[in-house]
Amino acid sequence: MKKQIAIKCLKVGFVGLVLLLLYTPILLLAVYSFISTDIIGTTGQFSFEHYAKLFGDPAILGMIGNTLLLAFLAALLSTILGTLGALGMFYCKKRSKALLHGASQIPVINAEIVTALSLAITFVAVGIGKSYFTMLIGHMVICTPFVVLSVMPKLKQMDNSLYEAALDLGASPFKALMKVVLPQIIPGVLSGFMLAVTLSLDDYIVTVYTRPNGFETISTYVFNATMRGNAHTAETLSSFWALTTIIFIVIVLFVVLSNLPAMRKKEENQ
Amino acid sequence: MKLPRFSRKTLCIPYAVFLIFFVIIPMLVILVYAFTDRSMHFSFGNFVKFFSDPTKLSTIAYSIVIALITTAACLLIAYPVAYILARSKMKKKYVVLMLFVLPMWINFVLRVNAIRELFNWIGLLGETNYFNTVFGMVYDFLPFMILPLYTTLMKIDPALYEASADLGGNGFTAFTRVTLPLSLPGVMSGVTMVFLPSMTNYVVSDMLGNSMVTIIGKFIYEYFGTDWHMGSMVALILLIVVFVSTWLTGGFSSEENVRGANL
Repeated sequence: MKKQIAIKCLKVGFVGLVLLLLYTPILLLAVYSFISTDIIGTTGQFSFEHYAKLFGDPAILGMIGNTLLLAFLAALLSTILGTLGALGMFYCKKRSKALLHGASQIPVINAEIVTALSLAITFVAVGIGKSYFTMLIGHMVICTPFVVLSVMPKLKQMDNSLYEAALDLGASPFKALMKVVLPQIIPGVLSGFMLAVTLSLDDYIVTVYTRPNGFETISTYVFNATMRGNAHTAETLSSFWALTTIIFIVIVLFVVLSNLPAMRKKEENQ
Repeated sequence: MKLPRFSRKTLCIPYAVFLIFFVIIPMLVILVYAFTDRSMHFSFGNFVKFFSDPTKLSTIAYSIVIALITTAACLLIAYPVAYILARSKMKKKYVVLMLFVLPMWINFVLRVNAIRELFNWIGLLGETNYFNTVFGMVYDFLPFMILPLYTTLMKIDPALYEASADLGGNGFTAFTRVTLPLSLPGVMSGVTMVFLPSMTNYVVSDMLGNSMVTIIGKFIYEYFGTDWHMGSMVALILLIVVFVSTWLTGGFSSEENVRGANL
């Protein structure tokens, strides 16, 4: 009995320790985002000054807006392209299906830097200058295959006879697709969209290789600010504490709110 | 029977065109650049230059060692975590699993910056560059290891453990004869998800290793500014390594969407 308790303590302790390590850096920044000092480890008073700095800096606000808009556009276009692609692939013959699937897997298994370099060199080689368009394409290349991967399993689970039933009942193929197939795969489409958003928000490497001059996202801005120390660095860096904290809170809220209905249902069932 | 007005297959045409233009052609462009010189004449020069420079080769060896240590550390931490969670009878274990995935949704560079601030505070920044780099990579890539392991461990039928006990196996035997072999696909997909980025993602090594740690990804970045042909050669070698290892581990057939484990 004692041995079992000891093993249980060991298990909880190990998982707890890993979680502690995972959250220490984030919580450190979260605490210091409310303290009026630019150096972690020194004392100060409770204040919102880092938040005031964050929201008072047009450059930072601009790059946050850039990041969000780019992620939304890239995810939207990737979701449309990927959903159509998955639908088409699903009904293709075996050989062309395998071929398409293979090509679609290339950006998934490839190192991001190889994808980024190949795109950058190709754009220059054919004489397309770097622009918002090239960057959007870059993000779509890394996002779309993951949309395809999220939609595919839903297509495989789908009851195919429903589509045929719709045709027999006189629906046009397009209408049957919209009214019968789409509702069955929509969970996969939505999770593909969310995945595309997170992939685009997180991206640094492809952005750097394909972005137009002067365009900054959160990733590139924070990287440059930490790597190239300039006069404003200490101040800029401490406003990132506030940014990290805000993003963390938004994520926690999003996860809790999106899981709450499912949790309630589970509890009711029990 | 009348011909249908549109075939559902045609829906994949836009994606096929997209893949040809922005995935296949760029790969071919890399191939062409890798085997040409600056005047675009065919040449093996880059290939020879790459493999005859001892400093380059030693950096690559370092990079591979860093990636191996990172992958091993991730596996050693992630396996027990995934195993404990998968076997736990706790009602709300998905909440704990969620706690491991949650930090992944904070912007990657902001997360690395948070570790940088922590190391700066305790005085490690600029001191233990290799340790910092490995720590940062393990921190960032750990969920990619935990998720596939957890998924495969959850799929193991508990009856197998009972069978193993009934047949006289102790806990250790059950682990080596049942759990470990059945979880190997998860180990494989976790390893490939961690190993490649830890050789190529230079954001971590730059920000935490004080720019003193050079990994293969950084090579490509540096060549991008100076010599595209050489950069393409490094990228091509990386590409071949990736494809051969994916082919060997059978990754092409698996459609497991690891990153997509949006709980």
